[in-house]
Amino acid sequence: MPIYPIALQHGLILGAALFSLGLAGALIKRNAIAILMAIELMLNGVNVTFVSFAQHMPGAPGQPPELTGQVFAIFVITVAAAEAAVGLAIVLASYRLRHTVQIDASSSLRG
Amino acid sequence: MAAQAWIIAALPLLAFLIIAAGARRSPLLSAWLTILAIGAAALVSLIVFGQVTGGTRVEQSYTWLPLGTGQPFLVGFQVDSLTATMLVVVSSVSLLVQIYSLGYMAGDPGFARYFAFMALFTFSMLGLVLANNLLALYIFWELVGLCSYLLIGHWHERPSAAAAAKKAFIVTRFGDFGFLAGILFLYWHANTLQISELAQKVAAGQIPESALTVGMLLIFCGAAGKSAQFPLHAWLPDAMEGPTPVSALIHAATMVAAGVYLMARTFPLLEHAPVAMGVVASIGGFTAIFAATMGLVSTDIKRVLAYSTMSQLGYMMMAIGLGAMAAGMFHLVNHAFFKAMLFLCAGSVIHLVDTNEMPEMGGLGKERPLTFLAMTVGALSLAGIVPLSGFWSKDEILGAAVGSPILFGAALLTVFLTAAYMFRVIYLTFAGPHRGQVHDHGEPTSMALPLVVLLVPTVASGLIGIPALGSPIAAFLEPGGAPAAFNPVVAAISLLVALAGIGTATVLYSGGKMDRSHALQTSLAPIHTLLVNRYYVDHVYNWIAGGVVLGIAWMADNFDKYVIDGMVNGVGELAVGTGGWLRRAQTGQVQAYAWTLLIGVVALAALALLPLGLR
Repeated sequence: MPIYPIALQHGLILGAALFSLGLAGALIKRNAIAILMAIELMLNGVNVTFVSFAQHMPGAPGQPPELTGQVFAIFVITVAAAEAAVGLAIVLASYRLRHTVQIDASSSLRG
Repeated sequence: MAAQAWIIAALPLLAFLIIAAGARRSPLLSAWLTILAIGAAALVSLIVFGQVTGGTRVEQSYTWLPLGTGQPFLVGFQVDSLTATMLVVVSSVSLLVQIYSLGYMAGDPGFARYFAFMALFTFSMLGLVLANNLLALYIFWELVGLCSYLLIGHWHERPSAAAAAKKAFIVTRFGDFGFLAGILFLYWHANTLQISELAQKVAAGQIPESALTVGMLLIFCGAAGKSAQFPLHAWLPDAMEGPTPVSALIHAATMVAAGVYLMARTFPLLEHAPVAMGVVASIGGFTAIFAATMGLVSTDIKRVLAYSTMSQLGYMMMAIGLGAMAAGMFHLVNHAFFKAMLFLCAGSVIHLVDTNEMPEMGGLGKERPLTFLAMTVGALSLAGIVPLSGFWSKDEILGAAVGSPILFGAALLTVFLTAAYMFRVIYLTFAGPHRGQVHDHGEPTSMALPLVVLLVPTVASGLIGIPALGSPIAAFLEPGGAPAAFNPVVAAISLLVALAGIGTATVLYSGGKMDRSHALQTSLAPIHTLLVNRYYVDHVYNWIAGGVVLGIAWMADNFDKYVIDGMVNGVGELAVGTGGWLRRAQTGQVQAYAWTLLIGVVALAALALLPLGLR
């Protein structure tokens, strides 16, 4: 069984698929926690894309390989962790106020 | 003394200021202050008059407002024959009217205010006479108008008096607008407002005749307003709402004569503008007969006298327009005395019966023999019966009108009408039985005395103009001018016409009966209605003010309300409406915003990428 190398397209397709799934979840789900999870999915889709590009980006001649994409992904993971903490805190506060985590209940900004 | 002639005007002003400052708390003190000040002014006037007959002439000017490099505005006074004559007339009539007011106004709640305004009026009128400059004259001109307003509205709690005061002020303002325009116009052409300088420039031919004509016609607008000449006459009959002494002083003897005085003062200018003279003479002659016809039918004793005043002022204007300035001024002097007396007589009658309506008087000769005598003499003088003062001046005016048949005819007809309406008043007031209530609470001496004093000039002031004595007043006012020749034919005709007028009144009203005149009224109903409604001039004015002006105002109001405001409000409403419609987009649903965001990003991406072509 031959081993096929992982091409750039594979990584990008995976990243785009993850992002789209996350986007669909964030737009369609009504549960605030599910939306938070969907947003995590979108962030990870982006991370995959970053890493894929980094893997296939040659460094300048005589220089170490380009690491910007990798570093970016690590930053995104860090920020996503913080975002998850803040997001969950918001959901918790909202729950205390409305006794529900359904997102369509929070509509006090309606014009 | 003539060099300090300003004192004459300053004295009543001082009285006014003292009363205003606090003396008003004591009504009697206010009255005596006024009488004292005007008495002193009358005395000084007589001294000045004596000096002027001796040949003294004074003119002094002071810089009031320096104007950059141009001529400064000056104010000042002058004393010449015209001023001296007017000073004596104004101060003496004013003094007698103030004394009369002591009795007539007794017990009035506004006693002190009345005398304060009377003092202010006398100051303004004397200032008007003294002014040597059109601008200063105009200031005093407006001041007398203000005093007239204040005094007509003395009983301002009566709506009719308040309305009459307003009417007098507004109607004369129309004329005053012309006066001011005329002053500016003359200043523009002559670069001076000093009357003597203007006269010099006109005599030297430095002002084109067309400009002079326009300027003098504009100034005549002011004179016509003040002197109640057609078509600005409508205010004078209504001005009778004021107390009777006010009518005697302001609306018979002095202020209304200011228009005639103005034309006499500017006569050196006027005589070089023949067109303007023609207009002055025509309007004067027309007003004379126009007002006299209305006097025939009025039942209000003071209104009859008011129409008579208008008519006589028309006479004076006509004389000046015909070039007989001295005759006009002569008539002004005589008229001031006998018309003031007639008004004071009317006041005495009104004091007795508490009404102005002649049909409710009748038979008052028994209670007031002195008033009866004074009024009859006054009426004879006004009608122009020899040898009373009115005869001499009226005759001189008629003599001046001989050259112009239409004006002569109008003047002669006016003589007839004057005699008729005056004797109608005498018969209806004094003859026959009482037709109404009489409340005889006695006549105070203060009211009787002025009548006696005024009888003297009514009989004798004609002396100053008798041609046989060389017409002293004409020689005084127009030295070097040809004295008017006595015209026996004209005198005889006017005397006969006046007697015919008296005869007609006797036929219709003798014994104080009104049945014959009622029969005549019925047979001439359309004319009577026309006269009682004052030729519908007031109706026309009301229609213009109430219909046309208010109509335009209504249109302007609606244009503002619906078009201008509509645009402003429309912009606001458009914003509010659009906002109300757009706010539905704000659902408050986070996911809806996210959808919008997605669609937006996709659309932007499509816009950015599509031009590159899909590969």
